[in-house]
Amino acid sequence: MYTIETKEKNFKTLKNPWIPIIYRVKEKFQENELNITFILEPDSDKCIPEMKPGQFNMLYAFGLGEIPISVSSLEYEHPYLCHTIQGVGAISNYCYKLKIGDRIGVRGPFGTSWPVDMAEGKDVIIIAGGVGLAPLRPLIEILGNERFKYKRVNVLYGSRDPHSILFHTDVISWQSDPLINFQVTVDHCQKGWRGNVGVVTSLLNLASFNPAETVAYLCGPEVMMRFSAYALLDAGIDPSNIYLSMERNMKCAIGQCGHCQWGSNFVCKDGAVFNYRQIQKELSIKEL
Amino acid sequence: MTFIRSEIIAEMIKNNYFRLSSRDLEKLFNYFLDEQYSNIGPYFKDGAIMYGELDHFEDLPKGYYEKIDAGKYNLVQKSDKSLFQYTHGPQSFKAHFFPQRSKLWSAEINEGNLAIKEEKLKKRKKVFWGIRSCDLYAISTLDRVFLNRDYKNPNYEVLRKETMIIAVNCGQPSNTCFCTSMDTGPKVKKDFDLAITEVLSKKKHHFIAETGSQEAQQILTDLSFQFASEKDIEEAEKVINKTSKSMDKAFDRDKARKFLIEKADDKHWQDVEKRCLACANCTLVCPTCFCTTTEDITDLEGKHTERWQKWDSCFNGDYSYIHGGIVRKSIKSRYRQWISHKLSSWYDQFDMSGCVGCGRCITWCPVGIDIRQEVKELLVEKDG
Amino acid sequence: MDKLKTKSIKDNLSEMKFFEGIEDDMIEYISQCGINRHFNRGQYLGKEGDSADHFYIIRKGRIGLQLHHHDKGTIMLKTIHPGEIAGVSWIVPPYRYNFDLIALEETSVIEFDGKCIRDKCEKDHSLGYLLLRKFTGMLSERLKNTRIQLLDVYH
Repeated sequence: MYTIETKEKNFKTLKNPWIPIIYRVKEKFQENELNITFILEPDSDKCIPEMKPGQFNMLYAFGLGEIPISVSSLEYEHPYLCHTIQGVGAISNYCYKLKIGDRIGVRGPFGTSWPVDMAEGKDVIIIAGGVGLAPLRPLIEILGNERFKYKRVNVLYGSRDPHSILFHTDVISWQSDPLINFQVTVDHCQKGWRGNVGVVTSLLNLASFNPAETVAYLCGPEVMMRFSAYALLDAGIDPSNIYLSMERNMKCAIGQCGHCQWGSNFVCKDGAVFNYRQIQKELSIKEL
Repeated sequence: MTFIRSEIIAEMIKNNYFRLSSRDLEKLFNYFLDEQYSNIGPYFKDGAIMYGELDHFEDLPKGYYEKIDAGKYNLVQKSDKSLFQYTHGPQSFKAHFFPQRSKLWSAEINEGNLAIKEEKLKKRKKVFWGIRSCDLYAISTLDRVFLNRDYKNPNYEVLRKETMIIAVNCGQPSNTCFCTSMDTGPKVKKDFDLAITEVLSKKKHHFIAETGSQEAQQILTDLSFQFASEKDIEEAEKVINKTSKSMDKAFDRDKARKFLIEKADDKHWQDVEKRCLACANCTLVCPTCFCTTTEDITDLEGKHTERWQKWDSCFNGDYSYIHGGIVRKSIKSRYRQWISHKLSSWYDQFDMSGCVGCGRCITWCPVGIDIRQEVKELLVEKDG
Repeated sequence: MDKLKTKSIKDNLSEMKFFEGIEDDMIEYISQCGINRHFNRGQYLGKEGDSADHFYIIRKGRIGLQLHHHDKGTIMLKTIHPGEIAGVSWIVPPYRYNFDLIALEETSVIEFDGKCIRDKCEKDHSLGYLLLRKFTGMLSERLKNTRIQLLDVYH
């Protein structure tokens, strides 16, 4: 747990949902070649409200624009923020290059969160694909912190290749945690990789759960989530016990710009976390 | 107040209606000018009827009639002194609450310090002249998007406030109009201050005005306008009824709402795709389209930047861009998104139709794609 | 370990998901073609080009499906886990292993004699049908997975 000297400070939140609040880069960790994790701290007495697991913020890069980024850890006490960024576009590359002390704008928190309480007294399956592990990490942290509330906890993580694996320290500690069944697999591997090779759904054979009493949380590329959901349904898990986090073009994040529409849903506010039953139809329609 | 006799109630209702001459309307116009209101209304510009700020009552277009069809818009001027005998031009009043471009905020970066300055618009009293029932519905649609939700759009809120609505009961529907099918007109029923019916014949030219707010009632009373007689009101009703009857039923909106989503893989979308240019005209003229994107404008020094919001369209390619590619690559998927949003998913989102039947998307489509016809063809199996 | 030793091959097979829905006497019949085996880490269970005489059901440990490339070295195509089948080439001609099967850790398996099972299937077509259905399901699942793997979905 991260403690801050400014904890007693009275932080204010803003009313105009368009105005970013300024944060400073407090710390950064290089995850791998493409990904960086940042700890941000408020630059003034203003901050965004406390975040829930699965929610996202709009990060503003000066003069360039905004990108939606999920909270990637809640182990840093509010009002600190933890975000993991993949440097792939103009804005994310700007963020990727931020140095300690640099400022960025933050709007949020937006969207629905992982319904953690649904898993109380039940087995849990978390299926993460690629950078989809980032939005799921706060959930894994919560499950770990209150481990007694849940039965068996399975985390299945699929990555493109060994180099793309995120959160190495966490992955190692989860793998050695006797209370979590953490399995990782890669689609393609280089020499020296001694772990599993194959798609993430093939890890389901290694998970232990009672299908009638299991809640599943999915985040990753849409194709991966669709096939993971089929595999979970085939294993006997009820569709209403499957949750997944969708990605669409979030621009305003407040359901007013229209960009993230997916059928009747505004992914930014009705999601990004959806119940599978709620969006089964949408998932089956191409180019929706 | 149960002791009020029915005659008195009848009298009160009747007192809601005034009979105005063109000169009376001018008086009303000037009253608003004196009271520091902006009069925003129709005027003739670039061969079309546009809506903008009017300095003089004479700016209102006189004797104009429209000849409208799918992909066609022409104005003709007759010798009469009519003020509201055209239907509507390309614009609705949308742009006056929700401008094509508006600044959200600006920011400065100075030695690493980032400061953001909120953009605060000034409130301004205004009167909208000549708004039709379809467009009035469109405004309440936008209100649901921008105001009655978890988040309010601050710019919209400021511009929307303190607006007097002088609506017009439509006397001249065009060939592309279908408000009766969407239950949005032609009679102005709610959310107005004044609803005017233009009564025009060879011998007569006057306006029957129904007040819809205390404020309007007060103003018209203060200006000592003449009350309308029962016969006057009946005559005005006839104008509206004639308009209603002149429009054919476009399609079954309940069926459209229910079945469009089930038709997601219908081959008819491919047929539309062959015609649709994805030019986005339909979304620009639509009075309810609310999609926006943002644009960041930075000075050459890189120290000052502004964030602007501007209209966007679901027909644009990068509208649905996510990391890894565009979700709606094909034009058919964009057309499907647009039409099923208007006629189906809008109900789920805002509990009302996203289409008000104004027909602008038909008029201003360069290839004349007709939403009524497309829906009919998509629903053809379900009908049979 | 004592407990494991006392279990018959048939008992072990009955507990496996792969044999779900197959009647006891059939499992008993098949188990006649199987033996318990143990492989040390790095030991091959089958080599590319060799005659595919066996297939394996993993009880414990992990097997890798590998291919050697002159430039890229040894490529791991897939890892196979407890309860899963390693080796499918025994089922159809030309009965030749296409890839290497290697124990990635200490691995216990039930090794089946492919010819023995084939002979039994020829004698009893209903058994042949059942087994073929099971293997087709597994092959179809692996084909699907391979296709998704080729998509390179992660970014």
